[in-house]
Amino acid sequence: MQGNTACAEGALAAGCRFFGGYPITPSTEVAEHMALKLPKTGGVFIQMEDEIASIAAVIGASWTGVRAMTATSGPGFSLMMENLGFAVITETPCVVVNIQRGGPSTGQPTMAAQGDMLQCRFGSHGDYSVIALSPASVQEMYDLTAEAFNLSDRFRVPVFVMADEIIGHMREKLVVPDTVPRQERKLLKKGDLPFRAGDDLVPGFPTFGKGYSVHVTGLTHDERGYPCATSPSVHEDLVNRLVDKVESARDAISSADIVNPDARVVFISYGAPSRAVQQVLHDTSRDDIGHLRLKLVWPFAESLLSRFPDAETFIVPELNLGQMAREIQRHTDRTVIPVPKLGGALHNPSDLAGLLEEVA
Amino acid sequence: MRTEIRFSGFGGQGIILAAVIVGRAAVMYDNKHAVQTQVYGPEARGGASMSAVIIDDEPVLFPKVTSPDIYVIMSQEGFEKYGVSVTEGAVMLLDSTLVHSRPACRYIEIPATREARESLGRDIVANIIMLGALVAATGVVSREAIEKAILDSVPRGTEELNLRAMKKGFELAEQVKHG
Amino acid sequence: MTYADWFREDRLPHIYCVGCGNGTVINCTLSAVDQMGWEKEETVFVSGIGCSSRAPGYIVTDSLHTTHGRAIAFATGIKMANPDLRVIVFTGDGDLAAIGGNHFIHACRRNIDLTVVCMNNMIYGMTGGQGSPTTPPGALSTTTPYGSGEAAFDLCGLAAAAGANYVARYTSYHVKELTRAVRGGLENPGFSFIEALVQCPTNYGRRNKFRQVMDQIEYFKSHALLVQKADRMREEGKKIPDDMIIIGILARRNRPALGVRK
Repeated sequence: MQGNTACAEGALAAGCRFFGGYPITPSTEVAEHMALKLPKTGGVFIQMEDEIASIAAVIGASWTGVRAMTATSGPGFSLMMENLGFAVITETPCVVVNIQRGGPSTGQPTMAAQGDMLQCRFGSHGDYSVIALSPASVQEMYDLTAEAFNLSDRFRVPVFVMADEIIGHMREKLVVPDTVPRQERKLLKKGDLPFRAGDDLVPGFPTFGKGYSVHVTGLTHDERGYPCATSPSVHEDLVNRLVDKVESARDAISSADIVNPDARVVFISYGAPSRAVQQVLHDTSRDDIGHLRLKLVWPFAESLLSRFPDAETFIVPELNLGQMAREIQRHTDRTVIPVPKLGGALHNPSDLAGLLEEVA
Repeated sequence: MRTEIRFSGFGGQGIILAAVIVGRAAVMYDNKHAVQTQVYGPEARGGASMSAVIIDDEPVLFPKVTSPDIYVIMSQEGFEKYGVSVTEGAVMLLDSTLVHSRPACRYIEIPATREARESLGRDIVANIIMLGALVAATGVVSREAIEKAILDSVPRGTEELNLRAMKKGFELAEQVKHG
Repeated sequence: MTYADWFREDRLPHIYCVGCGNGTVINCTLSAVDQMGWEKEETVFVSGIGCSSRAPGYIVTDSLHTTHGRAIAFATGIKMANPDLRVIVFTGDGDLAAIGGNHFIHACRRNIDLTVVCMNNMIYGMTGGQGSPTTPPGALSTTTPYGSGEAAFDLCGLAAAAGANYVARYTSYHVKELTRAVRGGLENPGFSFIEALVQCPTNYGRRNKFRQVMDQIEYFKSHALLVQKADRMREEGKKIPDDMIIIGILARRNRPALGVRK
């Protein structure tokens, strides 16, 4: 099965019942598969007039209590940024799949890239935090998309599935599990203030149409949900909570494969370049090479680095000019070597093996 | 053992489908692992189209073809773009109706488009003839597996035509082997 | 019940200027909703950004105050995901016709079962009086200090041409007619668009020779021309002056619609 199709199947298995989207290469197969399947599950597929409208419709649908998603690439992702900030401040669960392609601008529509890793984290204005997953196989397109809905409902944040053209378009074996784990959205207790959170910092969800009479606004709001846009303390408390509810859970939700924790030289990867690293580890006879493969990229859990106590060097191959390498570097005093790659082709395992010889 | 196969031709010949069918045969019916990839251009028809499939007994790690063991080439432009850089140990099946160059490696000439047109009456099944020839010449997947995978993949009502094309491919490859 | 029962009382007083026409439109809309006998629990108000878009915050139903121009796109998601909800959008001329113009025409084309009430004050009021797509030619604003040199949109003409099932225009002077028009929109399946011209004494009136609030309302009264009368005049070959405001129900039809409650 193709990666993009597996992504749609994972969403359906997770109970996604609304897809609003706009065709864009190389993500279109996700929308096409949802258009085919959603009507048969009692769900809704709607092709909107652009990506701004797509994410808007997804957010609107989410407020009726359904699991909702969209999928896009490059230019479409850029168009979604403002409304993603709206989803953040209104704490609207939604899943956004980005099948990354080469940018900036129209760039390379049919070629893979990982150039939106910082955009998904910082692309909307203001301070906030979100969750991003990065699948490295067709199987993970299914599994991580399904998991994205759980994380989104649990934390009430947009969750990004940051895939790329290689993983999205390649076909390989998919084993469909009988069921996928499902964590439901916590509902607001009647009588509680709609934006007052408990210890987990996530308020209960007041689904539209259930008598909550909730006012939801993109303005800074108090715990009643009422606009309160000029109070410094209300704004500070709100934004701090929006960030903390995600960041304080970063170790708890971190998800990564760790290979050879005693290694001196450790590759760190996510998404398609992981496959090149896996090939290097498979082919090498050396036993001092490790691999940290991030499945959950944001929030970046720096504690993962200390799982390699003997590491002297981290090598970070990415299909960009070193976006996550920069994040990793700020959490460690070890040497971090970015291995940037642009143009759409994957790092060649023999090149990475050659680099390994140079490093140590 | 890892086997890398690259397919090339012009858009509309079913180059991508051919790779998908081989991958499906390996995974679903031969209990192997496979990854299929392709190059996307802006054209929906024409141009030089390329797809690839990697088959292995263990999980396929690196998903891209680096040095193909087997080429299936169905157009001259495809040959020039994706078939000239062969290594000596590779083998190429080429559609001799449409490709007039010959590679610097072992090659097998299959007049697939001519046979599709003349024996089967439909150009469109030339890719399936090539698949039959590929399987008969290299054994990269089993004959039973490729037959099932073809039946899974072709439009309803065309099963018989496609199976005839596959068998025609078997025959043509056997003739070359024994001829 | 009356329209007043729909107010979110702990949010009052509102932010609107003295003499603003928006309150009239909100009251007319809530009266129409109240006449429909709808439950608060099944009714959702959606808006974008601007003076008009603050309205849902003063209404005690579920409401979504969204980003600039995008209210209809958000409302589309709500309505498609749960057609049992009654979804009403408050918007303004800048929100609807400038930044949100594309969503507007596509919602009309889809004929999705929403009622959109546009408070058209012909100016960006909240940001201090900049020109909008409905600022009349020659009118003064902070960004058209020498008079607007652009043509204005006919919002109702746009909605009707794009496929909306129901289109009406009145002004803040026509309270009874406006209430009836909104009610007609709520009753009619498919996309309903009601344009209400409103006075903005603070940012439009005082720059454009309407020194008192009543001056602009008086203008609406004297320049309103019922669509049936306008049609007769055209048939008779009479010229309709450019500054007349055509009011009435401009389209009412039953084309196939999306998201209608079953």
